[in-house]
This record gives sequence, C-alpha cells and structure tokens, in this order.
Amino acid sequence: MKSPSLRIYAIAYLVFLYAPIILLPLFAFNDSKVVQFPLKGFTLEWFQQMASDAQLGIAVKNSLIIALSSSILSTTLGIFAARASTRFTFPAKGAIMGLIMLPMVLPEIIVAMSLLIVLLSIGVKLSLFTIILGHVLICTPFASAILTSAFQSLDKSLEEAAYDLGETPMSTFRLIVLPLVMPGIISAFLICFTISIDEFIIANFLGSGEAILSVYIFGQFRFPAKVPSMLALGTILVLISICLLTIAAYFRRRGIAKTGGKDTGGFL
Amino acid sequence: MKENGILARIRRSEGASGLTIISPTAVYSILLLAAPLVTVLLFSVLTSENGHILWDFSLANYQKVFTHPVYRAVMSRSLTVSFLVTLATVILAYPLAYYISFHVAANRKSMWLFLVTLPFWTSYIIRVSLWRVILGYNGVIDSALMDLGLIGAPLNILSHGVLAIVITLAHAYAPFAILPIFVSLEKVDRALLEAGQDLGESKLRTFWRVTLPLSMPGVIAAVLIVFIPTVGDYVTPELIGGGKVPMIANMIESQLLKQRDQALGSALSVTVMGIVAVVSIIFLLLNRRFLKGQK
Repeated sequence: MKSPSLRIYAIAYLVFLYAPIILLPLFAFNDSKVVQFPLKGFTLEWFQQMASDAQLGIAVKNSLIIALSSSILSTTLGIFAARASTRFTFPAKGAIMGLIMLPMVLPEIIVAMSLLIVLLSIGVKLSLFTIILGHVLICTPFASAILTSAFQSLDKSLEEAAYDLGETPMSTFRLIVLPLVMPGIISAFLICFTISIDEFIIANFLGSGEAILSVYIFGQFRFPAKVPSMLALGTILVLISICLLTIAAYFRRRGIAKTGGKDTGGFL
Repeated sequence: MKENGILARIRRSEGASGLTIISPTAVYSILLLAAPLVTVLLFSVLTSENGHILWDFSLANYQKVFTHPVYRAVMSRSLTVSFLVTLATVILAYPLAYYISFHVAANRKSMWLFLVTLPFWTSYIIRVSLWRVILGYNGVIDSALMDLGLIGAPLNILSHGVLAIVITLAHAYAPFAILPIFVSLEKVDRALLEAGQDLGESKLRTFWRVTLPLSMPGVIAAVLIVFIPTVGDYVTPELIGGGKVPMIANMIESQLLKQRDQALGSALSVTVMGIVAVVSIIFLLLNRRFLKGQK
C-alpha cells in the first residue's frame, strides 16, 4: 500500500490475466461475424447457433462421461495413495510415490504418445475408454496431492481412540477418517473433473474420432465463421468453472476449519 | 501353524499394510505409465519399417535426431521458445508475487491468490484460441488500436510466430510462476529486512541482498514448473503458429502418427525427457547452492 507503482503493476498484470476472459462475453453477445472492435450491437444469435449444434451436444455428452468416470477413478486411486503415504512407511515408498506423481512433471505429449504406442501395439481399439485410462493417469497425481494434505491434517489420536473403543480398522476408516477427509475428497473430485473436461492432448490422440468437447472446440476455431458461437460456448464454460471452483474452495476451507487448522491462504 | 503365525505377522506389519493400500494406485501407474515409458525407451533403439517395429538394435534414430538439420532446427526452436517463455513468465510474475506477499493485508492475500488462479481453470483451448483472435490480422488489438487512431496499419502480431507463442504461453503459465514465488516470499523472515535497514542498507539493497536470494528456491521452482510443460506444448504452436512453427511435440506427433515411424518418434520422445531431466537437474543443483548459502 506504500508503493503505488507496484500496485499499478499488479492491477495491470490482472488486466493482462483477465483480458481473454473479459473478451469472451463481450464478443459472444456482439452482433458481428468478425471478432474486432468497434462492437456492433447486442445479439443472442451465437448462443442460438451453439444450442442448435447437434455435434456439440454429442461432444458435451462424451466429455461428461469421460470427466465423471476419470474423476471418480482418480479420486479413488488418490485416496489409496494418500492414505498409504501419510499413515504408513513401506518399502520403495519414495519410488512408488515418485512414479504416481510423475505425470505432473512429464510433458503431456510424452504420457499420451507412450500410452498410445503401447495400446496400438497390443491391439486395443481406441475409444472413450482409452481416453479415460489416460485421464486417470494425469488426474491421479493432483488428487493424491490434495488428499495427502487432507490426510496429513488428520489427528492420529482420533483413530487410536476409535480402536480403543473397539472399532475395527475398516469401521474406523468409515466412521472417523472418511467424514474428516470428505472435504478433501470433494475438492479432489472437482479438480480432477475440471482437468479432464479441459484436457486436449490425450482426448485428441487416444480417442477414435468421437466428438469430445476440447477437441471439438480446437477444430471449430479454425473456421472464422464458427468463432462467435465458440465464444458463446466459452462464456458458458467460464461461468461453470467459476461455480465449480468456488464450491471447491469452500469445501477446502471447511475441511481446514474442521480439522482445526488455519487457512494459510494458498488456493490448491 | 507356525507358518500361519508368520504370515499373519507379515500381513499385520506396517510395511505390508502400506503396500497393500497403495497397490491399486501403484499397479495402475506401473501398467499405464512405467510400462509405456519403458516401451518407448526400447523402441527408440530399434528400427521401424512401414509402421512396424523390427527387433534390430541401432542408434541410428538418435543420430538422426541430433544431426539431421530439420530435427535440430525444431529442437533448438523448442528450447529457445521455452526459455523465452520461462524468462518472460518468471520476470513478470515476480513483482506481482512480491506485491501480494509484502503489500497486501494478510486477510486479503487469499482473495488475491484466488483472483490470480481463477482465469486458469477455464478451458485452456479457449484461452489459447482467444489469443489467436486477439493478436490476429485485424483482430482485437489491431482493430482497437486503429479505432483509437494509434496505429495506421494492422500490426498482425500473430504473423510473428515466436512472439505470439511467447505471449500466449506467458499468459497461460502465469499462475504456475506466481504461486511458488509467493510461497517462498512468505517464508522470508521480515526481521531480517528490518535488520538490514537498521544497519544502514537502502530498501533496494536490502531487497537485492536479502529478499531476492531468500526467495530463489521459489523462483527456481517457478522456472521448472513453467519450462517443463512448455517444452512439450502441442496446442499453442498448432493454433497460434498455424503449424508453421512446429515444436518438438508437433514433431513427435507427426513422426508417430503421420509418418508411422515409431522408432524415430520414440527417440524424439526420449530426447525430450532427457532435456527435461537435464534442465531439472541443473536447476535443482542451483537450488541446493542457494539453500547452502543461507546457512
């Protein structure tokens, strides 16, 4: 607050970050086929064009199937990894965790291409299922990271108390651990869902040409006439992700409050 | 019965329970990540013919990757673009991270971080494509500037392939640079800064000699987080460069899928992994030096 020049820089930077997002609704409602200034007037034509696009409907359906399946699977795999790594020491722990987290530091094209080579050479036919396989691979590290911090903030004495009162490990997990890490599970699920819906490389190369949202958008942007209706679609997608993220942030904070921690302010 | 007892003990031991619990995730990663990576490594030293792999050991693929002018050009372009993007992103991000850490009230920091990360959870494809619309011939920037009478003719920034790619990627990876730098700045002991100033250092010198070195681990983390994905970026060269400025990822794709040369494609993939590993190791060593200097 003492240095105005830094503050001006910070605001200018935010403008740069938000510029594309602000342009989305601006041109989605603009009554012109070409995306340029000056604005021409208000129209809902692009939203209508988008709504009547049958191919887009299929793409959305396929993407939802992929995103739901991969976020459920990777959150489940993330729970296993987080529980094991926070509660137990076991042989080759570092190597196993390293392998699970590897997709985070590996260029995505490498993950996609190596998986593709193997799938093709053992004769697996490409489909939505193969995309799900790939998405689970890249979502699991994120789910594990979020869930690890959720499991870490668990008070071990609560579990011990449950054992002392005669609960089995399974029932302790169900009655004590699961409810306490639930906010972590929900935010991991939402993050995985967002990553999967947004992902392009795996969806493009491990699919067999079915319409998938990200691949469809990528293709449509090549035709200038289709750009305005894609901007309309983008406006809707931005609204949806803002909603999902606000929910995820809310649950994350509630999780921290539940286990008695203090919000350190980091998002994710 | 004795054996049973041992088995039961093993089953109850901590190591075994840990392994059992992690096994679903571990098996998944071994089958779908480790095995494919090993396959790529293997294919890269074999020969391929008409889309089939021959069990014929050779290093010809690597020789081609490192000596053929086309591959060398693509590789040096990828590295140049990634370095430029990393440099631009980190230098632009540092002042913002500094501002949030040192000049924003504690209770509003989390709001600022939320603001910074928010745009990046919206479709990556749409964000990249938007830059194409923004930077293109008679696009948003050209038409806005001409409308205001600031320029006479369209700038068409999009036609300068590399510049357009750098702008787009510097935007796309901004939060990945801001967050680690912010975290390391938060850890800087504020008492050290006061001590520096009490001992007669100017604010700028205190920053230069105390704050900057102490925040170096965050800067190095930011460099790695930005560099690794940009080296393998596929979408931006395709959408922004219009396929005219291919980078390594586009080359791997065209070798594997269009030319059906799996061996060469694998060798390119392994080379990218090698580059990523070497750059990571260099920066991690640098990081260790900075950490040592702090003692």
